[in-house]
Amino acid sequence: MAIDNETVKRVAFLSRLKVDDDKIDATKEEFNKILLWIEELNEINTDNVEPLISVNDVNLRVRDDEVTAGNCRKEILQNAPSAEYDYFAVPKVVE
Amino acid sequence: MSDITKLTVHETLKALKNKEFSAVELTEAYIKNMENGRHYNAYITECADKAREQAKVADKNYQSGNIRLLEGIPLGIKDLFCTKDIRTTAASHILDNFVPPYESTVTQNLLNDGAVFLGKLNLDEFAMGGSNETSYFGPVINPWSKDKDLVPGGSSGGSATAVAANMCAASTGTDTGGSIREPAAFCGCTGIKPTYGRCSRYGIVAFASSLDQAGPIAKDVEDCALLLKSMAGFDEKDSTSCEIAVPDYVSSLTGDIKGLVVGMPKEYRPEGLNPEVASYWDKAAEYLRARGAIVKEISLPHTKYALATYYVLAPAEASSNLARYDGIRYGFRAQGNGNLDELYINTRTLGFGKEVKRRIMIGTYVLSAGYYDAYYLKAQKMRRLIHDDFMKAFKQCDIILTPTSPITAFPIGDESMLNNPINMYLNDVFTVSVNLAGLPALSLPIGLSSDGLPLGMQLIGKPFDEETIFKVAAKLEIDAKFERK
Repeated sequence: MAIDNETVKRVAFLSRLKVDDDKIDATKEEFNKILLWIEELNEINTDNVEPLISVNDVNLRVRDDEVTAGNCRKEILQNAPSAEYDYFAVPKVVE
Repeated sequence: MSDITKLTVHETLKALKNKEFSAVELTEAYIKNMENGRHYNAYITECADKAREQAKVADKNYQSGNIRLLEGIPLGIKDLFCTKDIRTTAASHILDNFVPPYESTVTQNLLNDGAVFLGKLNLDEFAMGGSNETSYFGPVINPWSKDKDLVPGGSSGGSATAVAANMCAASTGTDTGGSIREPAAFCGCTGIKPTYGRCSRYGIVAFASSLDQAGPIAKDVEDCALLLKSMAGFDEKDSTSCEIAVPDYVSSLTGDIKGLVVGMPKEYRPEGLNPEVASYWDKAAEYLRARGAIVKEISLPHTKYALATYYVLAPAEASSNLARYDGIRYGFRAQGNGNLDELYINTRTLGFGKEVKRRIMIGTYVLSAGYYDAYYLKAQKMRRLIHDDFMKAFKQCDIILTPTSPITAFPIGDESMLNNPINMYLNDVFTVSVNLAGLPALSLPIGLSSDGLPLGMQLIGKPFDEETIFKVAAKLEIDAKFERK
């Protein structure tokens, strides 16, 4: 399943990454090399194989829905690139 | 005492108890090595002053007799573990100003046991790489380098280098596809990736959550046993952490291995395997046989497909995990953004390095509509087959012996590796299956190649049976007589 330039651009946008126009061909070539290599998996028939999602065959635990580490707004906002009025600040979203 | 930084952790603990030197003197000696060894680029952030304070507390505890498991032991911490009030970068520009307001569970466990933190160690960006060359902070130099600067392996390259060059007594690493074992092998250190679920992943910057595990890199097997005892344990904050008691690993180091069945997978001896690697592998088997173990050939038939499986699953999980770096709540934010999408795109494009971006895009592609079944689901099914191979093999043997890597450390900037990512990925051929199957595995140095570089042997155990690994590794270590730097 070789990919084309349009797919590179689409995947880049889905990833919220920019691939410069003059790098698209090279990126496509590189991707196709990797995907071709991955396609060796098709040598094995897996029609009746259950996918393995986690090696821990235990059910995930549930816990009470309660605050365990609250009251740390100040500490958390210290890492924000931009914060105003005790909130994270972003460019205008709603016109 | 000539050079106290050459001692192992267990030797150091004995000396501290016997008051041969103080924890402060010890920490000062390591700080000196850390500062004199800056050309290795092993540390991203040094915390000498904080370490001095911690060492003072340790000395008080030695005086009062209130001595904890790792009291006063100076450690280096891979810069993927969140450390409260100490910058944590994951070796990425996108996190280069991030100061966590909380502590990872593993590092908290070490602090609770009295460890001293010297600083944060270099790694491949977000632990994605096998040579430490993808770090935003530049490559790390392997202390075994001779005429050319060699890579320390990756991703825990700083962790292995700092141990090998005596810039810390031991270190923490993380291992998603070999990131503890490969650098340990390249730098002549011992490192163990425990069973998935043994160590909490809480507070470790996530790469591929179903594969990531923390573990120690140290000077010898006993040090790994000591460190892992401290790092491991159930944690409510990690939903994949297992409620299984952590044994006293140090006591598993003794005892003989008579009658123990050691498997050597025939698929790990492909045509063209480096003859030196093959001959050390046979030699290791011979050592074990001489001690009464039964060595036999086993088969892991889907080995050939492990790498391709891994390079679908790990990027897929990474693309999802790294979606959180958006320039809003923490980390780097690019300037000059018109709207929110531009802010995301500019921040991520400037903030991530080349290999990380490559993996995010591959991962996004294999998870995208129309390709999910062909790649991601297919790889999850292959993961089942690889996992089941090991479970079948463990019906015939107690432990598996393989080389850790098909090669020794290679030069920094090696063209064939940098120009073709698949060549770099191939170095993980002996380590990734273990992560896919969630098994514990240790690498220890077995000897030097003809050009004087360390080679590692890998011991793979049954789930939650790190004890058998330690027991066998302790014997191999005695027989190999490897001389550290």
